[in-house]
Amino acid sequence: MRSNRHEADIPAGAEPARLDVEGVEVGYEGRMVLSGLTFRLEHGTRAAVVGPNGAGKSTLFKALVGLLPLRSGRILIHGLPLGSHLDCVAYIPQRENVDWNFPVTVRDVVTMGRYGHLHWLQRPGKRDRALVDESLERMGIADLASRSINELSGGQQQRVFLARALAQEPHIFLMDEPFNGVDRVTQDATLDLLDHLREKDVTVLISTHDLNLAATRFDKVLLLNRALVAYGPADEVLGEENLVRAFGSSLLVKAGATLLVDECCPDGRMDCDDRDGRDGHLHEEPSARASPDLGITRKGRKNQGRSA
Amino acid sequence: MIHLLLDPLQFAFMQRGLVAAVLVGVICAVMGTWVILRGMAFLGDAMAHAILPGVAIAWILGGNILIGALVAAIAVALGIGVLSKGGTVKEDTAIGILFAAALALGVAIMSSIRTYAADLSHLLFGNVLGVSDKDLLLTAIVGAVVLIVIVLFWKPLLVLSFDPVLATTLRLNTGFLRNLMLVLLALTVVVSLQTVGVGLAAAMLITPAATAFLLVRRLVPMMLVAAAIGAASAVIGLYASWWLNIVSGSAIVIVATLFFLLAFAFSPRRGALAKR
Repeated sequence: MRSNRHEADIPAGAEPARLDVEGVEVGYEGRMVLSGLTFRLEHGTRAAVVGPNGAGKSTLFKALVGLLPLRSGRILIHGLPLGSHLDCVAYIPQRENVDWNFPVTVRDVVTMGRYGHLHWLQRPGKRDRALVDESLERMGIADLASRSINELSGGQQQRVFLARALAQEPHIFLMDEPFNGVDRVTQDATLDLLDHLREKDVTVLISTHDLNLAATRFDKVLLLNRALVAYGPADEVLGEENLVRAFGSSLLVKAGATLLVDECCPDGRMDCDDRDGRDGHLHEEPSARASPDLGITRKGRKNQGRSA
Repeated sequence: MIHLLLDPLQFAFMQRGLVAAVLVGVICAVMGTWVILRGMAFLGDAMAHAILPGVAIAWILGGNILIGALVAAIAVALGIGVLSKGGTVKEDTAIGILFAAALALGVAIMSSIRTYAADLSHLLFGNVLGVSDKDLLLTAIVGAVVLIVIVLFWKPLLVLSFDPVLATTLRLNTGFLRNLMLVLLALTVVVSLQTVGVGLAAAMLITPAATAFLLVRRLVPMMLVAAAIGAASAVIGLYASWWLNIVSGSAIVIVATLFFLLAFAFSPRRGALAKR
């Protein structure tokens, strides 16, 4: 593999470690999913991508890592087109689509994060091993290092992939719904990781169903529904007007001072699945908490009767 | 007792046959490890059958069979890539079409020559005792190329096989790597031609690797165990063929299958008996 031209020890702010998305359109065979998307992530920004199921959140991530070709527009990282940077983007998909019976250990998987920094026949060196150890430690899976990956629980699997992404020493960290369907330990480890990435000045883009989390933990919120609805600081973006535009008025329920977003599809609409075939309202995330500061919360159909 | 093992070795053809069978056992097992992990078992079998026309043409023209087979295998490998590109035709459908077509073409060509039956059976089931010094050298060279390429491309092949998404994120040339894998598979199948023939090549590719998969939990040990099983099957099978007077290719494959069944029954973690 090729060498790393962007060593992570470039001083913070010395180069534009940012992501520019300019007029991007992307879709699957004949179906446009996202269009007219333009935004910029400044160096070291933490941004949350928020939007209803099928808004194109996962599609955006896939386009950002080059898994889906762009119909038009361009994506620039550090001011250069996608593909000019070999190893500065780490990506955690919503579901890891790997063969869990593959004969590799936890350490083997995390070490793969270093492969982008190694030449052809180069074996992982001292620094690589140290980074792998540190990443395992940070995600709380150091004791599982020599386990086979098929012995892990779902949350542990997720942490293995977070550790691998961390070991990549990325400049941009992309996570698609990392808080969905995982255990408490993994959620906390992910939140700790976010703080760690902030110290390291890594640019972070995360999609989440949790508006409260988006409002409190992120510098910017990107409200998405097949196109960009709003982008900016949470208190500017997450107003009622924008939320109605993103989620539709039928999905917004006012409960006193609290604004609720009903995530389930209205009756008769069958296409409430995420465009990538994932079922949004199966997720039992901590999103039903009320948000005292913004008065926004989200609920699924399950608890509709109780909360409305 | 010892003469049972040494007697056959006084014959040069048996010595050559043993060396060839062990080489093939090892190369197939190592490549076979990738094949079963990537779910390419059907492709391996198909490719073995698909090289028949190349072999038949080389046979008629009096050229080297291995070279004919190699050309045909690479043509089929790349043909599958072309047909299934962009999802027009599903990959296993493309494999099925090309595999049957090539086999038909090969048999058709073979049927035009007089010694058809005997020659075809050698091609279909191998004739390891008929290996010449030149064949042996070619087998060794092709085998070395396959093993060296696997070592050189170890990291990218591992990433591509385990997690294609990471391969894309790391900007690996996935198209090139997929074709490389197909060409390596083609080379491996061609090398196994003389030992076990077109009909049984898939067994040498898949059975030792599948056995190793039941026994160990890491990739490099899996390859080493697979290679050991492949080599042991070759040696035991060849002696069995000598003493029991049965076709060598079949004997080798039967031994490999017995190893697999033993592992399947007694594997510490995944064995059928371990599950109660």
